[in-house]
Amino acid sequence: MMHTVNKSPFERNVLDSCLRLAKKGSVILLYEDAVYAAAAGTTATDTVKAASNEYSFYVLGPDLAARGITEDQVVDGVNVVDYGGFVDLVVEHGPVQSWL
Amino acid sequence: MEDEFEGTFDTEGVIKKFMFVNRKAPYGTIYALESLETVLISAAFEQDTSVAFVDDGVYQLKKGQDTTGINMKNFSPTYRALEGYDVEKLYVEKESLEARGLTEDDLVVDVEVLSAEELSELMDEQDVVLSA
Repeated sequence: MMHTVNKSPFERNVLDSCLRLAKKGSVILLYEDAVYAAAAGTTATDTVKAASNEYSFYVLGPDLAARGITEDQVVDGVNVVDYGGFVDLVVEHGPVQSWL
Repeated sequence: MEDEFEGTFDTEGVIKKFMFVNRKAPYGTIYALESLETVLISAAFEQDTSVAFVDDGVYQLKKGQDTTGINMKNFSPTYRALEGYDVEKLYVEKESLEARGLTEDDLVVDVEVLSAEELSELMDEQDVVLSA
């Protein structure tokens, strides 16, 4: 199973719900405002770091760039993918649960 | 009958203290862009305009935004143009910056960084507060 999250961790509890309910070992892709969760040095960083040991974490590169977050600012253990990589993840790990 | 309302809508020369409170990240929703447009409108009416950035709103000012990959307009340069419209009172809440690992140097414009307590005082002085 693959899970996608698109809300900022500072504004909504979507990421927390996803991490509570997604089976360990699943793929989680952060996109749109959820990419802020992948930035190092925030109050969400520890949550994502810890979770990256239990899930395969990905973040969408174009959404990072739009928000001024460079790839070297991404938390260790989170992989950056482009739109093609997003599609590949869906093909390989679907079905997808979209946490909105 | 007409005389009864005479003057009621005469706003010529009236200047109010407006504060725009931005709490949303850019791009994920339309709030940030819409708020910025409203700021420009208030400037066109020569109001005493302040703009505050709190919570995810601080991300609106983040340097280095490049939206070519998401097919949306990068409106962050517009914040630098506000000065040209005499909108010079830009405030950022310190607590919001810190929670996101950001400093003043990460922002596209010069701002005044205020504590929540200081910002709270400033909000309380306004005639109109619009939050988005």
